[in-house]
Amino acid sequence: MRKNKLFLTLFVSLLMLSSAAWSDDAEDNYKNYCWQCHGMTGDGMGLNVQDMSVQPRDHTSAKAMGGRSDADLFKVIKEGGLAIDKSVLMPPWRDSLSDDEIHDLVKYLRKLCQCG
Amino acid sequence: MKYLFLLVALIVANAALADDGMLILQNRCASCHELSGPAAQSVQELWQRKGPDLFYAGSKYNAEWLEKWLVKPRRIRPAGHHPIQHIKPGNKRDMIDTTTLRPHPALSPNDAKKVTKALMKLKATAEMMGTAVFKGGSISVSFGEMVFDKFNGCMACHEIEPGYGGLSGPEVYTAAKRYQADYLVSFITDPQAWNPKTPMPNRHVSAPNIQKIVQYLQALAKENWDEKK
Repeated sequence: MRKNKLFLTLFVSLLMLSSAAWSDDAEDNYKNYCWQCHGMTGDGMGLNVQDMSVQPRDHTSAKAMGGRSDADLFKVIKEGGLAIDKSVLMPPWRDSLSDDEIHDLVKYLRKLCQCG
Repeated sequence: MKYLFLLVALIVANAALADDGMLILQNRCASCHELSGPAAQSVQELWQRKGPDLFYAGSKYNAEWLEKWLVKPRRIRPAGHHPIQHIKPGNKRDMIDTTTLRPHPALSPNDAKKVTKALMKLKATAEMMGTAVFKGGSISVSFGEMVFDKFNGCMACHEIEPGYGGLSGPEVYTAAKRYQADYLVSFITDPQAWNPKTPMPNRHVSAPNIQKIVQYLQALAKENWDEKK
């Protein structure tokens, strides 16, 4: 009986693992979602900036990033630029990233700007 | 009776074409395209896929466009399927590294017909499609551009005409030629239902505005872009 229970638990766990998208590390997420606008080095000069009406934030600048709290950064990644009265060009990423992944990205941004 | 015989013969011929097409897909396309799913579940897995997933191609592409494109393919995504693999630092901004981009192989007209038949049989699940569909209607290009760009910022990643707009996403001025209208509504409504790791965000565009965006894409697709290039 106990063996059956253990087998069932293992089976359900494996099923849950196979159906859920994996959590990715911050560097991979930054490359997949942020590089396109914020740039390979995070300096705000990404591939897409040429025809943008508002330039993306320079994540390497302690001056530009220092004034933003971790809570602000979390909010703007999760809910988009409009959530903190910034540009509509920054989209909400809540459907692409879990809260844990967004917290990891905030830490990653702090490393890039060497601030906070 | 004669017509019934002709109908059966046509169905059998179509099925044979699709079978031939699936063989071509498995032999020549499967190394770059996922034919049976599921979508990538991690960013690393996504980056290993060299071309778009095709396991729902029959719910995504317009067959007429697809068959022509397979004979004469041309680049739709300026920076390739995964831009992060094809960009390099530039003086003013990151630039496309064109030396890393490879052209898509062309098929003979006969093979393109067979492959298209096979691809159109690969359908998305009901969960992927969702319930929203395109309801028809039209919009002016200028009003459509306001909804697409000013209200929702989609031009940040997509070109709305050759040489104008973002470069990381696929060009959208030909999107309505390439894609079925219901797919466009569904994908904009919930991109992650199709591909959990797509760099396309869910902007939670309102349902009426999604209809307007697809109307706008249809208006854009009516322009003769080849002549304007």
